[in-house]
Amino acid sequence: MQKRLANWGNYPAIASEESAFTQEDQLRNFVGSHHRIIARGNGRCYGDASLSAQSISMLKYDKVLAFDTTNGILEVQAGVTLDQLLDIIVPQGWFLPVTPGTKYITIGGAVASDVHGKNHHVDGAFSRHIIEMDVITGEDNTLCCSQTEHADLFWATCGGMGLTGIITRVKFRLKKIATAYIRQTQLKARNLEEVIRLFDEYKHYTYSMAWIDCLQQGDTFGRSILIVGEHATPEELSPRQQQAPLTLPAKRKLVVPFNLPSFVLNTFTVKAFNWLYYHKNYKREMHKVIPYEPFFYPLDAILHWNRGYGKAGFVQYQFVLPLEKKDGLVAILQKISEKGWGSFLAVLKVFGNQDDLISFPMEGYTLALDFPVRKGLLPFLDELDEIVLQYGGRLYLSKDARMKQEVFWKSYPNAQRFADIVQQYNADSKFASIQSERLLLTK
Amino acid sequence: MPTLLLLGAGSDMAIAIARKFAAEKYNIQLAARNAAAISPLQQDLQVRYGITATTHAFDALASDSHAAFFDALSVKPDLTICVFGYLGDQEQAQNSWQEAHTIIHTNYTGAVSILNVVANHYAAQQKGSIVGISSVAGERGRQSNYIYGSAKAGFTAYLSGLRNRLFRSGVHVMSVQPGFVNTRMTQHLTLPPLLTAQPEAVATAVYKGVQRKKNVLYVKWHWKYIMLIIKLIPEGIFKKLKL
Repeated sequence: MQKRLANWGNYPAIASEESAFTQEDQLRNFVGSHHRIIARGNGRCYGDASLSAQSISMLKYDKVLAFDTTNGILEVQAGVTLDQLLDIIVPQGWFLPVTPGTKYITIGGAVASDVHGKNHHVDGAFSRHIIEMDVITGEDNTLCCSQTEHADLFWATCGGMGLTGIITRVKFRLKKIATAYIRQTQLKARNLEEVIRLFDEYKHYTYSMAWIDCLQQGDTFGRSILIVGEHATPEELSPRQQQAPLTLPAKRKLVVPFNLPSFVLNTFTVKAFNWLYYHKNYKREMHKVIPYEPFFYPLDAILHWNRGYGKAGFVQYQFVLPLEKKDGLVAILQKISEKGWGSFLAVLKVFGNQDDLISFPMEGYTLALDFPVRKGLLPFLDELDEIVLQYGGRLYLSKDARMKQEVFWKSYPNAQRFADIVQQYNADSKFASIQSERLLLTK
Repeated sequence: MPTLLLLGAGSDMAIAIARKFAAEKYNIQLAARNAAAISPLQQDLQVRYGITATTHAFDALASDSHAAFFDALSVKPDLTICVFGYLGDQEQAQNSWQEAHTIIHTNYTGAVSILNVVANHYAAQQKGSIVGISSVAGERGRQSNYIYGSAKAGFTAYLSGLRNRLFRSGVHVMSVQPGFVNTRMTQHLTLPPLLTAQPEAVATAVYKGVQRKKNVLYVKWHWKYIMLIIKLIPEGIFKKLKL
């Protein structure tokens, strides 16, 4: 069916012929007879990585195939979403090894983006926890790959934005938990210097990230709240929580029912939001035990929060800079602050070592920002790209909707090697997205 | 734990029904032509809901095998839902008997053949429930799909007769008229959103209908009235319409 498709940023939107499958033979027949197709999960990547004139919705390909509850190994079809998995695994004492800030993504999407979480500095990206997976490649066969079997395909598929083929099955390791709660500590940092120092001081925590108020100048430039956490032990729970340590109390969700008019978002409202957010932490240091949901997925509680950016949509800009290049961070934040284009969400995180071919994370600082689409935004982001390049950083492909091809080729050191593997498994560009065409990764 | 026999377990609607009943702690017997193709669903139901699911080879068109198929079930189901159906291609069915034959025998003959076996078993034991997924297309023949519609009309009449016959034995028979459903069967069609149900909504309605022992179930209430209006249009006018 011909549909208007856009991902989470609502930008860009295109017309696409979408097909869905429940069985592998149907899926393979379709792949065999079509070209320039791209697999699409729940549309939670922000940009154009899963957009193409021919798309395959993987959402019906969502069967959980096996769950080894003794060793914590889960085997699933690629279209199942993280929220469905959490409902199954958490009550049995297991957790996702790595999770991004939303649980409404598919496992296939998690692999194709090689997602990272608040624990990247400890546990790496999602790919580190995969035992094996199946990919339908351009040669129309299903290949099982892992770190040892078809390793080139494996590494080009992790973070490879669906360009090596269609991920159909993933087997991966889970993390053991004793409760469904997180012991959280929030720390107020007066400025950027302080938050960076705190990150270092608290790096032994499994989970960490910071919210930055990026409209501040002078002394309070980069003021922020660092949030760190650990899975809570049963003893740390309240008596009431202890009665069912692995089940969360039911909660209703808020829905943003329509796109807000764009004048709602301006420097003033963003400032007010950030002020409230910062000052709601009335003490310098706060400790509490909270359910895992608001800790990992604070925004999922507001379904369709993306509509808050109005009809024109928004672009999320996430970059990473090497650890020793924190001047770059200052330079970029300063530029944003000067322009007064701060976003509601500015999330800062420190990554650990990079462990793969084309994945986004590398050791350093990563900052994620939202910018509503408006006049002058694209040239402004091009200017930010210049700074990112100058400091040896790069941008996250899952959030990208506009980077110029030279930015990609200059900033990903393994781009050529990746392109060669894509060429090997997807020689006729059977799999292609608007993004892959823009970045010259497919012909 | 009650057991559900799902006839035609490969479709989107069947998957949703299987999940709904598994979530309500039914064991599920999945019957489909290609039993291997539904084994991911079998695994999924067991892992997600902690119930027992089994797969069984079943071909709606092979009527001769239906009695043996039911005999071979080691656990006899408490509830049987007949989901299978074949929309086919109206134009092709007008021109080639092969296509018309498949439409008629899948939607009508095959369903009658297997449900006769199930009904006799339930009548003998004086309990059980049968659900048939029919179609609003069976309520009045329209040029765009009257071969499919006529087979579903036959099926609807069969179910109402069966309900009448089994009432005294305490067996419940429910016919479901889902209207448009967003499934693989209809993915090439443009459907009006207000009148189109999601498979999950059909599954929930079927589950509630079974609980309340309903006779005829329209998944979206509008359909009852739409079909009433369509049925009331005089034939002289109806035949001139392009429906």
